[in-house]
Amino acid sequence: MLAADGTPLKQSLARSLRRQKLRALLLISPLLLFVMFSFIVPIASMLFRSVENSIVSETLPLTVEALGNWDEKSGELPGEDVYDAFVRDMVIAIDDKKHTRLGSRLNYEETGMSSMFRRSGRSLKKLDPETDGPFKDQLIEIHDGWGDVKTWQVIKTHSAPITNGYFLNAVDMQRTPDGAQAQPEDKQILIKLFGRTLFMSLVITGSCILLAYPVSYLLATLPMRVSNMLMIFVLLPFWTSLLVRTSAWKVMLQQQGVINETLVWLGLVADDARLVIINNQIGTITAMTHILLPFMILPMYSVMQTIPITYTRAAKSMGATNWTTFWRIYFPQSIPGIGAGSILVFILSIGYYITPEIVGGTKGVFISNRIAYHISSSLNWGLAAALGTILLGVVLLLYWVYDKIVGIDNVKLG
Amino acid sequence: MKPTKILLTAAAIATAAGGVSAEEMTIVSWGGAYSKSQLKAYHEPYSEKSGVTILNDDSSNEAVAKLRAMNEAGNITWDVVDVVAADAIRLCDEGLAMEIDPDTMLAPAPDGTSAADDFGELLVSDCFIPQIVYSTAFGYRTDLVGDTPPTDICAVFDLEAYPGKRSLEKRPINNMEWALLCDGVAKDDVYDVLATPEGQEQALKKLDTIKDSVVWWSAGADTPQLLADGEVIMGSTYNGRLFSVIEEQKQPVAMLWDAQVFDLDGWIIPAGLSDERKQRALDYIMFATDTQRLADQAKYISYGPARASSAPLVGQHAELGIDMAPHMPTDPENAKNTFLYNYEFWADYRDDIDAKFQAWLAQ
Repeated sequence: MLAADGTPLKQSLARSLRRQKLRALLLISPLLLFVMFSFIVPIASMLFRSVENSIVSETLPLTVEALGNWDEKSGELPGEDVYDAFVRDMVIAIDDKKHTRLGSRLNYEETGMSSMFRRSGRSLKKLDPETDGPFKDQLIEIHDGWGDVKTWQVIKTHSAPITNGYFLNAVDMQRTPDGAQAQPEDKQILIKLFGRTLFMSLVITGSCILLAYPVSYLLATLPMRVSNMLMIFVLLPFWTSLLVRTSAWKVMLQQQGVINETLVWLGLVADDARLVIINNQIGTITAMTHILLPFMILPMYSVMQTIPITYTRAAKSMGATNWTTFWRIYFPQSIPGIGAGSILVFILSIGYYITPEIVGGTKGVFISNRIAYHISSSLNWGLAAALGTILLGVVLLLYWVYDKIVGIDNVKLG
Repeated sequence: MKPTKILLTAAAIATAAGGVSAEEMTIVSWGGAYSKSQLKAYHEPYSEKSGVTILNDDSSNEAVAKLRAMNEAGNITWDVVDVVAADAIRLCDEGLAMEIDPDTMLAPAPDGTSAADDFGELLVSDCFIPQIVYSTAFGYRTDLVGDTPPTDICAVFDLEAYPGKRSLEKRPINNMEWALLCDGVAKDDVYDVLATPEGQEQALKKLDTIKDSVVWWSAGADTPQLLADGEVIMGSTYNGRLFSVIEEQKQPVAMLWDAQVFDLDGWIIPAGLSDERKQRALDYIMFATDTQRLADQAKYISYGPARASSAPLVGQHAELGIDMAPHMPTDPENAKNTFLYNYEFWADYRDDIDAKFQAWLAQ
């Protein structure tokens, strides 16, 4: 079949469709570029950082090569060739002031490396690799750490430019010459924190559902004038700064705080047995439920608003009790709102760290607090990235599970 | 467009094109009362003298991470940054801070003593210019400790004599040293013991004895609030915070100076500034760390000047009119038993011990 201009119809149709597609692409391109550069690229570079480890092989290229011939399990120190290569590498590294950076990197794996590199730098600077050899004894003289087999094992184990070391650290394991092994028991904390973060986020999501459901129901069924009023009460705390709300909880919950003072005054609690409801899990759950409640109420409310009142009337007119009407007619129609709210609240709470830090004490802190520590204090960005990647993976996995059980098309924001 | 508007726009474009205006610099500090003391003692006189406008940024508590990010992005927007000494060492190690030569870049004391000698052993890193000595010490509620107020650090660990909650910082630094000291370890051996796994365990065991009575803080303002509300009967924090609780807010709180830990705070200049900005930063540093300026800062906040030559010049508080010398952590009466933060030890052991400490906390 031919079109009016004589070309085959199929071809002509394809051309005009292509033009349309191109136009559509151009229209979304600003957003696409924005998302690319402000979201996808940073996340991708964060993911990459969790395996990137080129610093060792870039700072000590000759040493890493020479260590290739050394058997790290022999229990003997490497030969003079390694020490010679090491001095050559270090002289260049010290010139570029890179040796202390490498020391900090290796100190994450073996305590003491940081000062070893910093101190040795001062003495090594004076050596000339061409004339001053052999170096083995001189190096051990400078710092006895260079005479420790462990030092060279650590350098060799962590010399690969792409490493799984950070991921192992993130799950309480470590890279050793004998493969991956568990961290010593007194340093295992991260798995526990992952578990706690997931558990507490579930509890927070659950308590948000319980509190938000009746409120949303009221909002959706009351006359517009009243429900608008109530809506402002929901939104008002939403507009207040997070830190202000969290600090307000401190005033409420502490032992000399409003709640305890009231209970003691009423005689419900003895003065010397005041309730401990802050600086623990209860504090975190209370404050975070309050902070995240609007994220649950709003989707629930907008879904409930669309449920026609006629259905419940019909059920009642046919003899259903109040409970049956609610449970069989109303509730199933409100599930998409619960689903949307739960996903929002759960994902937000999994990444919270300011509130747990302020009201969580020791038992109420999340994995994000550790991520923040490694980003801003220890500067171990590789470990922070690995922790973040695992957290992202867990969220995606849970999302998939949710899709399998509830179905993602069963989620509505209104 | 009217001609004046065109002119203004042109001027604005010209300024923007030239990058940072020639007469501006960004100084990063901690905010609050501390920044105010720097504004009065350093920034205002410097601006008056040189005509440079100083922009303040209160980002010091995340300075290390931000400087690293700026360095990776190749766009450093800060000119001078106020950090604690441990962060300065880290920044220097990472190549993020410029090395300073005290003899050519810092002003000598009025009597001609070189800057290197005047600061003495407080120059703990090649990149660091110390400004103040502050200390982490304990404050206690005078009305809640009974008839015998604590005079000894080990009161913190003595639940029988001083029942009630105490607040400690949520990190191992300082707490581990105090725990060992009160577990019978001699002061000179503390770091040797703490370097061994057994020593770390010993310190945590000692902390275990009071674990249920501790409120852990992570912001310097927490302990003053907890003390003022009567939530705790004693707690550690920076001595300047306690000064303001005691002297400015007149709360029933007193100082327990025993075994206070000295720490340093000061300036670094980020590495990789353009020559012009570097020159301006150095000019500011030369002015702001001279003997008189460091002594001036003590009028506004109770931290000791880092130069030996500044100590005799410390006067009275600018608003309260009280003598500042007895409130300085370095005052001989207060400094009978002190620690100096062991920078090298903690640079090595911080991550290791912190992991153990956090695991212990979570138990």
